[in-house]
Amino acid sequence: MNRYLRYSIPLFIFAIIAAFLFKGLGLNPREIPSPLIGKPIPEFSLPTVENAETIVNKVDLNGKVYLLNVWATWCVSCRAEHETLVRLSRSGKVDIVGLNWKDERDKAQAWLRQLGDPYTINIFDKKGRTAIDLGVYGAPETFLVDSKGIIHYKHAGPMTMTLFNETLLPMIEDLKHKG
Amino acid sequence: MRVFFLTLLLIVSLPSLNAATLAEYSFENPSQGEDFRAIIEEMRCLVCQNESLAGSNAELAVDLRNEIYDMMKQGQNKDEIIEFMVSRYGDFVLYNPPLKPTTYAIWFGPLIVFLIGSVVLFRILKRKSRTQETELSAEEQQRLNNLLKQSTDNRDVNQ
Repeated sequence: MNRYLRYSIPLFIFAIIAAFLFKGLGLNPREIPSPLIGKPIPEFSLPTVENAETIVNKVDLNGKVYLLNVWATWCVSCRAEHETLVRLSRSGKVDIVGLNWKDERDKAQAWLRQLGDPYTINIFDKKGRTAIDLGVYGAPETFLVDSKGIIHYKHAGPMTMTLFNETLLPMIEDLKHKG
Repeated sequence: MRVFFLTLLLIVSLPSLNAATLAEYSFENPSQGEDFRAIIEEMRCLVCQNESLAGSNAELAVDLRNEIYDMMKQGQNKDEIIEFMVSRYGDFVLYNPPLKPTTYAIWFGPLIVFLIGSVVLFRILKRKSRTQETELSAEEQQRLNNLLKQSTDNRDVNQ
């Protein structure tokens, strides 16, 4: 009995390593925990996509729970998620604020005319400086922000209905109850 | 074969191509230039993940290099810049992770595995040397001699 036990040790070690590797297969290396969860969104002062003269500041966004969606016309996944964003905005469950990242203004405007505009406010970050303050490393990225401007969740990658209904919606309703 | 060597040459010359892209960052003070190089070498590019900020040509890496360059020009030191990056991108941006409870496994894991291995090896070696030193009793020695003699006899018969 003792001998069988000893011979099964390599098998046991193999099983542990295999379990870790198998778990690793399912992990997404793009999901990097954001240090900004629980912190306020950064200060900024930027024009909108629609109008270079209209300046938006951080405080202009306060007062409502909203999704902050980082997008660009050069980003293919943004096009993939756009329909979902339009559906979400029509459902009226949450406001979506856009952060247009390192893009051309006329291209962004054409995109919104063509595919629909889900954004209540669309911030134009041509240089990508505010995106750096938000720790953005790819598009699309979506943040859940409460009425006081505190970030509660970050998703890197396209928004999906499943993600919204299962993860974001419960958080949004919770935040709305808290005021 | 020729294609192979050309490819090899290209691969070998890649790092120097990357280094050349850093020429645009000039400092009046050479030590500042060294600091700058050191910082971007130990920061991970978040887009490519397996490249440093110094080695990556991703657009975000270029933006972050420029940002760090501007900060250094404004006289900010290495710690301030690392703090700036970590507060936005998290510890993930550092190739050299800080020592804290969530990273204990990274820092001490190899040491623990090494210790376990050492103990196992030590015990096996000790057991082996003990077996060799075992002395036979007079009775056992007698039996051994008989057996040896017997096997010699057998061989003789077989031949």
